[in-house]
Formats: sequence, structure tokens, C-alpha cells
Amino acid sequence: MHTQLNTLEFTLVVALGSFVAGMLGSLTGLGGGVVIVPLLTLVFGVDIRYAIGASLVSVIATSSGAAAAYLREGYSNMRVGMFLEIATTVGAVSGAFLAGYLHTSIIAIVFGVVLLYSAYASTQTLADPPAGMAPDRIATMLRLDGSYPTADGMKSYHVRHVPLGFGLMYVAGVLSGLLGIGSGAVKVLAMDQAMKIPFKVSTTTSNFMIGVTAAASAGIYLRRGYIDPGLAMPVMLGVLGGALVGAKILPGAKVRTLRIVFGVVIAALAIEMIFQGVRGKL
Amino acid sequence: MTEAGGGAAVAGEVDDKRVEVFLGKMLRCGVLLAALVVSLGGVWFLVASHDVPQNYRTFHGEPADLRAVPQIVHQAISLQPLGLIQFGLLLLIATPVARVAFSVLGFALERDWMYVVVTLLVLALLVYTLTSRSGM
Repeated sequence: MHTQLNTLEFTLVVALGSFVAGMLGSLTGLGGGVVIVPLLTLVFGVDIRYAIGASLVSVIATSSGAAAAYLREGYSNMRVGMFLEIATTVGAVSGAFLAGYLHTSIIAIVFGVVLLYSAYASTQTLADPPAGMAPDRIATMLRLDGSYPTADGMKSYHVRHVPLGFGLMYVAGVLSGLLGIGSGAVKVLAMDQAMKIPFKVSTTTSNFMIGVTAAASAGIYLRRGYIDPGLAMPVMLGVLGGALVGAKILPGAKVRTLRIVFGVVIAALAIEMIFQGVRGKL
Repeated sequence: MTEAGGGAAVAGEVDDKRVEVFLGKMLRCGVLLAALVVSLGGVWFLVASHDVPQNYRTFHGEPADLRAVPQIVHQAISLQPLGLIQFGLLLLIATPVARVAFSVLGFALERDWMYVVVTLLVLALLVYTLTSRSGM
């Protein structure tokens, strides 16, 4: 978009785009944050640093806004969340620190690669880990094991591979701080794949963690002057509104088709980000 | 003995759940309040400067007034539109921080001191990022 819009026009168009992103993100469970940065940089020509700042703010909004619904279900494991939050917040601080030194083209390329991975990960169906595994020494020491309600009553689970999960969570934090995203895909990788936490527990715990991680990065971005109120305003309100509407219409929605369409859109945006990054245009 | 232990565990879980539901409501209120403040500032900002051409293509960074907590609060109190939006965003950033702060309390009530320390560590990091001088 190369015509110069005035502030009112720009704000309305960005709010509309963010609304659609928030709604699709909530309907597909991929989060609206992943497409905000490509939308702002590729479509609206916004500098990637401002785009990341605005995206972080919208990530916090959707995470905290959805918490009420998630917490009512009572699946989240606060000990796992808080323990891993050490890794993600330290990671977020490192990522936000890196963002100040890396060239914006490199950030764009990394963004594209992570986006591609997220699109791929969303097509994978995850199976819950087999029951009846022996307890893990470190997990027992840290009291990470828990239980969650199922159709057949409370089911307990053992947490595995704590150091690997902790390390992956650090990576998730770095990516969140560097790219302004929730890193939901990497968090699921750490909790489901590495630590063998049941899917329902890991999704709800990850929702809580996404907000805390994004808050750690957002603090640094704010202090650095990367969060512009005029830009963050329509993005935050748009994504939040879209996510709320998405959650309302979710029960009757044809999610399968939507997921595929959104996945293709994400992949296309990812390739464009990498391409523009390599050309040094972002 | 076993029965008493089991009873205590169930009571603990019920309390956990009540605390979580309360926290969830608190988070939602925080987000709605933040959205309200951002909207107010936003409408004001648009009324005041709707026909100014906007350019986010080149990065300048925000002025000092919109970067640090005390200055943002000051701008919001003096009813500057952009200051008001930034204050709303600050409220939003504060919602997960408040959630972590309440969790410290929750773990302390359960006398789980290991997790009180873990949670305090996370809280300290969050507060540090918001208040550090350099913006790192």
C-alpha cells in the first residue's frame, strides 16, 4: 500500500485487518499474533520494530482475555507454568536484547522461518502420551506432576524430560522477545512432545505463559520506544475484538477448512517475509 | 492418616480452582479496563489529528514521555491523548504481572515455599524489565 493514508484512514484499515487476524487466530487456535507483524510490515509498510511492539501488546490482550475461559476448565498446571516461566522470561529478555542489535532483515528472515514452522505444526495432530509411565526424578523433586479431569474422572500424569523442556522454553522466550509473537507452537513442542504433558493441560498452561512472556518483552520494547500508541491502539483493539467474536462463533464454525486456509495464508506470508528479508527490504 | 491426607489434597485443589477462577475474572477485568482507556485515548487522538498523514515506514522511536512508567502516568493525568493510550497499554502489560503477583500469594497460602521463590523470581524479572533505566 503505497498511497499515503491520513491517520484516521490508516487507523481504521489497520483495526479492520487486526480484527480479521484476531478472529481467524481464535477460530483456528493459532493466535492472531503470528500474522500481525507480516500484515503490518508487508501490507502497510510499517517498520518491523513498531510492528513487533504492537504485536506484543495484542498477544497480551488475547492471552489475558482468554484466561477466564481457560481457568474455569481447571486444567492448567500452575507449578509447571511458573517453573518454565523462569526460562521464558529470561529468554524473552535475551530476545528483546538481541532485537536491538540484529539487522531488521535478519529479524524478518527468522520471523518467516518460525512462521513456516508454526503453519506446519498446526497441521500435526497430537496424541496424548501413554498412561502409566514411571515418575521422573527431577519432576518429582520440583513437584511438577499433576492431574486433570477427564470423562473417566481425575487422571494423573507424570512430567518428563524437565531439562529439555526448560531449554526449549528458553528458545520460545527468545523467539517471543525477538519477534513479538506468543511462540505457542514452540511452547506446545516443549510441553507436549518433550515433557509429555497431556494436551489439554499444556494448551491452558501455555495460554497463561504466553501473556507473562509477552509482558516481559513488552516492558523492554516500551522502554526502548518501540511501542507506538497510535499504531498499537488499532492493533490491540482490533485483535481483542476479533478474538472475542471468534470465541463466540467457534461452536458453529467449520474450523477444518478455516485452519487449512489460514495455514496457507501463514505459509505465503512466511515466504514473502523471508524473500523481502533476503532482499533487504524489511 | 491416608484419608486425612487425601482430604487435604482435595480441599487444596478446590481452593486452587477458586483462586484460579477469581484470577481469570480479574485478568478479564484488567483487559477490559485497558481496552476502555485505550479506546478513550484513541478516539481523542483521532479527533485531534485525524487528517495528519501517518508514517510508520521509518523508525524514529517514541519520545521519552511515552517510554517510562512515571512519565506515561504523568502524560495520562494531564490528559494527553497519546499518553492516555500508552497508559492503557501499560495497564494491559500489568495484567499478567498481577497474575504472577497473586500466584506468589497463592503459593504462600499453600506454604509451598519453593514455588514462592520461583514465582518471586519471575515477578522480579518482570518488574525489572518495566523499570530498568536503559531499556537494555
